[in-house]
Amino acid sequence: MAHRYRDFRPELMSAPWRYSLLVLAIAVALLAPLAVYPLFLVKVLCFMLFAAALNLVLGFAGLLSLGHAAFFGGAAYAFAQSAKIWGWPFELSLLFGVVAGGALGFVFGLIAIRRQGIYFTMITLALAQMVYFLAIQAPFTGGEDGIQNVPRGTLLGLLDLRDTNTLYYVVLVIVVACLLLIRRTVHSPFGHILGAIRENETRVTSLGLNVSRYKLLAFTLSAALSGLAGALKASAFQLATLNDVSWHISGEVVLMVLIGGIGTLWGPLFGAIFVVMIGHVLATSGLPVSLVVGVVFMACVMLFRRGFYGETIDYLRRNLIRSTNAAGNSGH
Amino acid sequence: MTELFGVPIAVLSGQVMIGLINGSFYALLSLGLAIIFGLLNVINFAHGAFYMLGAFVSWGLLTYGGVGYWPSLVLTPLIVGALGAVFERTMLRRLYGLDHLFSLLLTFGLALALEGIFRWVYGAGGKSYPVPASLQGVYNLGFMVLPIYRAWVIVASLVVCLLAWVVIEKTPLGARLRAATENPKLVTAFGINVPLMLTLTYAAGVGLAGLAGVMAAPIYQVSPNMGSSLIIIVFAVVVIGGMGSIMGSIVTGLMLGVLESLTKVFFPTASAITVFIVMILVLLMRPAGLFGKDK
Repeated sequence: MAHRYRDFRPELMSAPWRYSLLVLAIAVALLAPLAVYPLFLVKVLCFMLFAAALNLVLGFAGLLSLGHAAFFGGAAYAFAQSAKIWGWPFELSLLFGVVAGGALGFVFGLIAIRRQGIYFTMITLALAQMVYFLAIQAPFTGGEDGIQNVPRGTLLGLLDLRDTNTLYYVVLVIVVACLLLIRRTVHSPFGHILGAIRENETRVTSLGLNVSRYKLLAFTLSAALSGLAGALKASAFQLATLNDVSWHISGEVVLMVLIGGIGTLWGPLFGAIFVVMIGHVLATSGLPVSLVVGVVFMACVMLFRRGFYGETIDYLRRNLIRSTNAAGNSGH
Repeated sequence: MTELFGVPIAVLSGQVMIGLINGSFYALLSLGLAIIFGLLNVINFAHGAFYMLGAFVSWGLLTYGGVGYWPSLVLTPLIVGALGAVFERTMLRRLYGLDHLFSLLLTFGLALALEGIFRWVYGAGGKSYPVPASLQGVYNLGFMVLPIYRAWVIVASLVVCLLAWVVIEKTPLGARLRAATENPKLVTAFGINVPLMLTLTYAAGVGLAGLAGVMAAPIYQVSPNMGSSLIIIVFAVVVIGGMGSIMGSIVTGLMLGVLESLTKVFFPTASAITVFIVMILVLLMRPAGLFGKDK
């Protein structure tokens, strides 16, 4: 992974600007259900979390996984199974989904980390396809129909999640907490070691660090968070289907990260909004989603590899450097 | 002797036959992937889409142009190869200096777009392509009945694979190709047009996929998703065999095809995931792949 992908550097903006943007973002998040159908917003939030989780390995550790649908969809099945068939409460089913996603991720990681680069990618894709075939045949997944009418239940017996507005705010709190966790991880010593592995794996090994263990931990964490996203989506739509484990979903989430900006903290969130909206608009048009997603993919790779967010930040930073230089020169 | 392991010989040999056919396609596709990867250092995700394109082009030639199987066997790989060359020249070429990730994502996008276009125009259902008149009928081998067309596919793809092997390993053109793989700068300095070679290599690789598509058309349904379901298995085949050797891809492809259909006889439910299980076992025991050189 090239060194071009850097974190957002806060010094680009003065403190008042940053705080007003933050306040604006909070206001939008809180008031959004007044303007937009809440269930749609929940979907956007789930994919934001999913994209941010993938970005943790893709952007910050340089591991391209094309198998993340297995964690997303696998956790959706786990959630649906425990909430509907076993009658577990919401929190426990959610936790089960996270554990299922994380456990799958751990196993995938153990196997895939044995190879590097494009082989790693091909292995994750193949393993996810295996999970897809298993999901077709396994008795509890309901085959083509999936698991339908999954009850949403209540949060801790207090908040009724059947109300979509309540559901939205609960999901919002969970997703924001996870995003903060990802941010904390990226800025921690662990996150810096991941970055070092991305830039020069051999060098990190020569420093005496166990590269495989760091990769495995990052991959498992990413899978568990993807699992949470999948379980939340299953609870919102009361449905777990084959579509959630298919390779198209793995591709779409990679596109979200790419289009927002690989290795930026906020980029994947914008990417998720954009791709979910494309899907929503196309649902009524008759144009196949995969055609449009494919073309956007190609355009993105050819024209703006740093993504919307990455390119914007880059532009702002160049401007800043230019104006600083100009100020410095005029002083002579 | 009519039974082996409690399974009638006719059933067993029939499954081996199906396995050899699937294996021929695995071999043809993984061979193309290996050739492209060897020189361009690109994992061509769109390989399955070009295979699907090959099947659709030959179906289209027959349906709209009345062009039969035999001319199509030559025309289709040329058309698919030419489209591949255009794609390489206009897009893929610009990504050579960058991270592998981007070329993979570009070809991934192309695969999605091609599949989307065909699903949009022709729907998700399959089209059937008739077996050419000269290859209809069956051979009766006594212990089993062998459709002539299937025998032809196995023989033809083996011949094509071996030809590719001879061209790459034994001819001056192949020698240049291998030299350009090792050290492109040096080969350019000797006055060989390396960019042209890259284009032709990509065209040849996807042309092979197109050829596989033509041969597959009378056996499987011609449908938009025939490529994506196959290419993921072929990726597993490539991981198992390693992309270091051409012979390796051919042998691994055939072997896995047969293993997969024999699994169908003994453990029907596990058949779809056989290749993936073998991949996991190989990765655990020999991470570089059966024929691979780790790099």
